[in-house]
Amino acid sequence: MADVIKIKKGLDIKMNGQAEKIYVKSPRSKTYAIKPVDWHGLTPKIIPKLCDPVKVGTPIFYDKYHPEIMFTSPVSGILLSINRGDRRRIVEVVIEDDGKDTRETFLQGDPADLSREQIVENLLESGLWPMIRRRPYTVIARPGDQPKSIFISAFDTAPLAPDYDFLLKDIDEDFQWGVNVLKRLTEGKVHLNLDGRYPSVRTLSSIKGVEINRFKGPHPAGNVGIQIHNLDPINKGEVVWTVQPQDVLAIGRLFKTGQYDPSVVVALTGSRVEKPIYLKTIRGTSVAPLLENRIMEGENRVISGNVLNGRQIDAAEGYVGFSDSQVTVIPEGNYFELFGWMLPGFKKFSTSRSFASALLMPNRHFDMDTNYHGGERAFVMTGEYEKVLPMDIYPMHLLKAIMVNDIDKMEQLGIYEVDEEDLALCEVVCTSKIPVTKILRDGLRSLRKEMEE
Amino acid sequence: MSALRRFVDKIKPPFEKGGKLHMFLSTFEAFETFLFVPDKVTTGRVHIRDANDMKRTMIIVVVAMVPALLFGIWNTGFHHFQAMGIDAGFWQMVWFGFLKIFPIIVVSYVVGLGIEFAFAQMRGHEVNEGFLVSGMLIPLVMPADVPLWMVAVATVFAVVIGKEVFGGTGMNILNPALTARAFLFFAYPSQMSGDKVWIPGLVDGTGVIDGYSGSTILGQAAQNTSTFVNGLGETYTAWDMFLGTIPGSIGETSTIAILLGALFLIFTGIASWKIIFSVFAGGAVMGLLLNLFAVNEFMAIPSWHHLLLGGFAFGAVFMATDPVSASQTERGKWIYGFLIGFLAILIRVLNPAYPEGVMLAILLMNVFAPLIDHYVVEANIRRRLKRAKVTAN
Repeated sequence: MADVIKIKKGLDIKMNGQAEKIYVKSPRSKTYAIKPVDWHGLTPKIIPKLCDPVKVGTPIFYDKYHPEIMFTSPVSGILLSINRGDRRRIVEVVIEDDGKDTRETFLQGDPADLSREQIVENLLESGLWPMIRRRPYTVIARPGDQPKSIFISAFDTAPLAPDYDFLLKDIDEDFQWGVNVLKRLTEGKVHLNLDGRYPSVRTLSSIKGVEINRFKGPHPAGNVGIQIHNLDPINKGEVVWTVQPQDVLAIGRLFKTGQYDPSVVVALTGSRVEKPIYLKTIRGTSVAPLLENRIMEGENRVISGNVLNGRQIDAAEGYVGFSDSQVTVIPEGNYFELFGWMLPGFKKFSTSRSFASALLMPNRHFDMDTNYHGGERAFVMTGEYEKVLPMDIYPMHLLKAIMVNDIDKMEQLGIYEVDEEDLALCEVVCTSKIPVTKILRDGLRSLRKEMEE
Repeated sequence: MSALRRFVDKIKPPFEKGGKLHMFLSTFEAFETFLFVPDKVTTGRVHIRDANDMKRTMIIVVVAMVPALLFGIWNTGFHHFQAMGIDAGFWQMVWFGFLKIFPIIVVSYVVGLGIEFAFAQMRGHEVNEGFLVSGMLIPLVMPADVPLWMVAVATVFAVVIGKEVFGGTGMNILNPALTARAFLFFAYPSQMSGDKVWIPGLVDGTGVIDGYSGSTILGQAAQNTSTFVNGLGETYTAWDMFLGTIPGSIGETSTIAILLGALFLIFTGIASWKIIFSVFAGGAVMGLLLNLFAVNEFMAIPSWHHLLLGGFAFGAVFMATDPVSASQTERGKWIYGFLIGFLAILIRVLNPAYPEGVMLAILLMNVFAPLIDHYVVEANIRRRLKRAKVTAN
């Protein structure tokens, strides 16, 4: 067994609402949607006309700047609507499901027997290519790139995250197929990173042809960014690809069966969920059937993803994100609290031990809400970010470089190595309530503009 | 919803955008957020926030100063009645000290917060809570007999020149409270140093018993005496220095009260234990070095006594740890703290004109903190470049 890489810094936020290890098949949704906003820097061009029929795997839009990258329908039916947001930006492309699941067929075959071009072509046509993401910037991979390695993090340490050991149980064959496909895409290694805290799950540790690494430590140990930093850090000009475990399965099944299998498992979690469980559903499902009769009354925030890196969606009309394996429902925090900053605070979550909760029950789980707990200020406290970021990076200096748009400094301070999810904890613990991840995304966007456009 | 909330909501509209009193929005918000933590919710991809905010952080620091303040109040009365030769009771001493010190605190807060509000108003910002701490630090580093107008002038100087000209809390280079003290120290030396200012009543002189001296231990040490005595001629022990029953600035004398505050700050995680520890370490090392090469009585003072004397402990715990003016990198904090302690004792002993070396050492290192950080961050950058070159080969 390989050495376990110990991550010392970080923070496990203990929240109520962990999903119980039970699968339930979710009722089908009437509509499904692919959301271009799930990918950074994507400008979609719609292919079919409204009410045109589509099958599972029929292209519905492509990337304006990389027309070969297709996005395909997860169900069969008709193109129902194109929903636009601010400045007429396309936010959702909605398909009405006919329940028949008629499918397009794609190339089938053992990736070992196929050329790299054939594999890339198959992924592009089937609409599975967007499952491969590229660091730096965390955007869709470019088919022409040669990544120096590909990373799969097969565990998630974020609050209430699904347990991939449970989720990937007994489907090792599909996963192995997926890994075999990815192996053909790089001349470097494919890293499969497992949770070092538990004896590793049978199926994953038996996967062949990959470099298996084990990580042990608090969140963000499960973030692929932290793992890359430890194993194969990204220098200027280098490219690493990352794929999420359920996407590896879909890629494997595509080559095994010649069909796009859009089924996924989503963990329904959070303190406002009556009985948190795992739901079997289809990519891009409307969230309403998942939540039906399962969440508590009151003002809730429904998040596609986890509380550290998720998108707020509407409980009635929202859709689950393309690659999200988790939906979190927590209470909204839109209340005023009289003298909240002076009171002892028996039920408050804080990494500083300035509230009574730190003294009384250090191991309690919290019903966290979305309140800001204060106003935005200039940087004052120091050393807070470093405690929750297990990387050899100075986050505050990096953020300041971004704020003044100093490209050279950003590069020098390691912006290529980080993504929003890696700095999410910095934003949580920040006393000054600085919007850390927004600043970082702005920096990544302006850097990419400078380097690639 | 509470009646108070209803009242705030009722008077709020004129302050909002387009309202008649919109120009006073900052002030209104300051009072509103004093009463209520706002109902603002997260909007980005990170949906939860730590309950700790700037107000909480600052109030924790103020609470940490309370033991030093309470001791200072008693100590002021204690020394006053000792100098007068009056056998006063405990509460009498406390009451006297309270009457002396409370006005200083009020002046410091009223003047400082007034300026903070005005600047926040001018800039259209929310009022920053930084002065909650500075407003308490300033009185604690003053002699109890300081005239109130001097407190006011020093506070104005500290807030305007020390902080606001740089852009307000978070942007300043020097610690504002120390700026206030340094300003008085150099502008009005006769009221800020010497034998008489530390004990209320001595400057005035009426009723003081004959031959009573109010000189501090550091003042005596600068004269190269080997034993230190109180006003009545009794010898001070190290225990007196640790407990704090010696003359000095209001909050600085009691090492034990300051350590209580330090424990609280370290437990809550608000202050950097690295800085506190390394300041003490730096002071002890310099003290030992001086002991080794001692050519006079001052240099021969046991190293650990230095840590109990003057403003050393107070500076280490409450001044050096100010995150804005301190080093911002974790590695830098060790260097920054160590050099403060090291230089403080050096200045104290080798330049007897400035027995208060701690103040000067901290201000000096405030100026050098960005340089320390620069080298620490440069080292990080070099590591990254080196890594890139290795993989390129």
